[in-house]
Amino acid sequence: MKKLNSIKVPHNKNTKDCMIEKIPLPPFVKIPMLMNMGSPCNPIVKIKDTISVGQKIGDSDALFSVPVYSSVSGTVKAISDYRISDGSLCKAVEIECDNLQNISDSVKPSEINSREDFVKAVRESGLSGLGGAGFPTHIKLNPKNKINTLIVNGAECEPYITSDYRIMIEHADEIIEGLNFISKMLDIPNVIIGIEKNKPEAIKLFSEKLQNINNINVISLPSLYPQGAEKVLIYTSLGKIVQEGKLPSDYGIIVINVSTVYYLNVYFKTGMPLINRVVTVDGDTVKKAGNYLVPIGTSFDYILGYAQCEKDKINKLIAGGMMMGITVYDINQPVSKINNAILAMNKINIPKEIACIRCGRCMNACPVNLMPMEIERAYKKKNTEMLLKYKVNLCINCGCCTYICPSKRKLAETNQLAKLLISSIKKK
Amino acid sequence: MFKVTASPHITDNMTTQKIMLCVIISLLPALIGGFITLGLRVLTVTLICVVFSVLFEYLMRIIMKRQNTISDLSAVVTGMLLAMNLPVTIPIWQAITGCFVAIVIAKQLFGGLGQNFVNPAILGRIVLMLSFTADMTTWIKVKHSGYVDALTGATPLVSKDASYIDLFLGNTGGCIGEVCALGIIIGGFFLIFMKIISPVTPFAFIGAVAVLEFIAGNDPLYHTLAGGLLLGAFFMATDYVTTPITSKGKLIFGVGCGIITFVIREFGGYPEGVSFAILFMNIVTPYIDNFTAVKPLGAVYIKDEKEDN
Repeated sequence: MKKLNSIKVPHNKNTKDCMIEKIPLPPFVKIPMLMNMGSPCNPIVKIKDTISVGQKIGDSDALFSVPVYSSVSGTVKAISDYRISDGSLCKAVEIECDNLQNISDSVKPSEINSREDFVKAVRESGLSGLGGAGFPTHIKLNPKNKINTLIVNGAECEPYITSDYRIMIEHADEIIEGLNFISKMLDIPNVIIGIEKNKPEAIKLFSEKLQNINNINVISLPSLYPQGAEKVLIYTSLGKIVQEGKLPSDYGIIVINVSTVYYLNVYFKTGMPLINRVVTVDGDTVKKAGNYLVPIGTSFDYILGYAQCEKDKINKLIAGGMMMGITVYDINQPVSKINNAILAMNKINIPKEIACIRCGRCMNACPVNLMPMEIERAYKKKNTEMLLKYKVNLCINCGCCTYICPSKRKLAETNQLAKLLISSIKKK
Repeated sequence: MFKVTASPHITDNMTTQKIMLCVIISLLPALIGGFITLGLRVLTVTLICVVFSVLFEYLMRIIMKRQNTISDLSAVVTGMLLAMNLPVTIPIWQAITGCFVAIVIAKQLFGGLGQNFVNPAILGRIVLMLSFTADMTTWIKVKHSGYVDALTGATPLVSKDASYIDLFLGNTGGCIGEVCALGIIIGGFFLIFMKIISPVTPFAFIGAVAVLEFIAGNDPLYHTLAGGLLLGAFFMATDYVTTPITSKGKLIFGVGCGIITFVIREFGGYPEGVSFAILFMNIVTPYIDNFTAVKPLGAVYIKDEKEDN
């Protein structure tokens, strides 16, 4: 098995044996209109409308948009502005729950007879990649080229997070059913489920279940970070390099997150779109860490309260994992489709930065072979020509460089700033 | 209010300070070897160099109105390395001059840690070598029976009379840090084991010298063990700041150092060429780095595209 540069991070999979637990209904939800990579939806409900579970509340004509559904039944209280983590604003629909959980009439399995039906159904499922990036699934599953291999991403290389793992353990049959359906619809001959070696139970379970299915295989991946990054996963499992500016589908490959497959199958079977998701709640302030099934739009505050978190001790609240998660400043932030974890940390380390000693550890850790120390130097001089030469645009923001730097320099952050600098100059 | 920072939110335990501490530990065996052979003054010279290097760094940072950096321990390493590149008989004021050149001129005037383009200890040694050649080439003659004579003798590279075992254990003349080959090798392998340095540079450097000396009809083992080759290859040519970053670059750097060392030893006016070789290769390091830059995974350069079409 070929390997790219990688690092070893502590696993901290404390919640790996915590069964998925449905939390009690929150009193209200706030559902943002943009939870995926791409364009926001427009709210299609009005204040005081009565809403039922699974009812569409936001949609758009834009290609990179994914419809949004209500996760509860109740009354629309407000349509407010919501600031998403990249700083831009979108609308959010606030719904007060009536605790009846009336299911909408629109929730029924759709008939899928052709590929057009399939792609339409995928869009109607409201799914975007659940692994974290939130790429719209209906675009991913509508490739121009013939697909030879579907790689199912069950690596889950981030420390702490076990939500994908629990779905794999508890819903293996549904995942396999979903894979059979997707591979039939897109005529994909070969399916690979990639799971990191630190999840032997999941590897064993899938190997047993797939004994009689020839076109789906399980591979065990090395437990190295960032094994779950798309480019890394493609290289480790197939030895192929995705060139700059190309998509995996140009090479006949699609990579899809294992939880996305599970929720797709739920939609195909029941017609229930993505209205809740599994979130790993952990951190040293959380007494009842676990994997919770939460309605989308539930506030972090409510979930942390259920998980018996000592909220006054939180110093850093992270949406997502330790390596790529985004810090949250407002405890009332709602859970979005791409939120796979909530980490509430008391002990945090914000180390002091000192001068770069050019040890080259960042370069040797970078899975895409960038030279972060040179990029940092070029960025300080605002030298965009050098930044383009060093290909900072290829950075996948995995954070390996910052993690490994002995001088504790914020290299990954600088890479992101350098990307912004380049795009701002290109626009001019 | 919660702390808001960019990801990642955890970092590795390794710090620059720990790296420097490892280098300090790795220098101790060679220093102890020198102490056993050359006597108590080894400790005096080393202590003076360390204290004055740190002091110069401290004062320079104040003068330059920059944040103080002595806690990163890099000045301690420079002081130790400089001391190990001096003969034990060096007058103290000359040793202090060496510290001044290394810390103030080579390091801080270029911006401090990470900004210097030549190895500070090497520059310190070379300035002393050219300024006080007589004092810098006075060696205590070490009788192979073990006792130290006050007489001065030549370095084993010139006298060529030491046995392998004497060279290996340090029963020979030379600078403080270069007499005990065993101590240097222990320290060097410790650094490689701790993944502080890459084995490429020292092996390329030593290998190049050994092969060239063999071709020239000399004893390659003698030339490896005698003089400053081991000290230079393991501790000076592996300095992060002033040597190439990529493995390919390190190979070019090591072989280049080896060739220059050989040329100076065989054809030059000085018996020893290791420090000049490293200094020269330090200067060409940016070019090597530029030449050996790694290609990012899947990178497409616009120029390449035109050629392809």
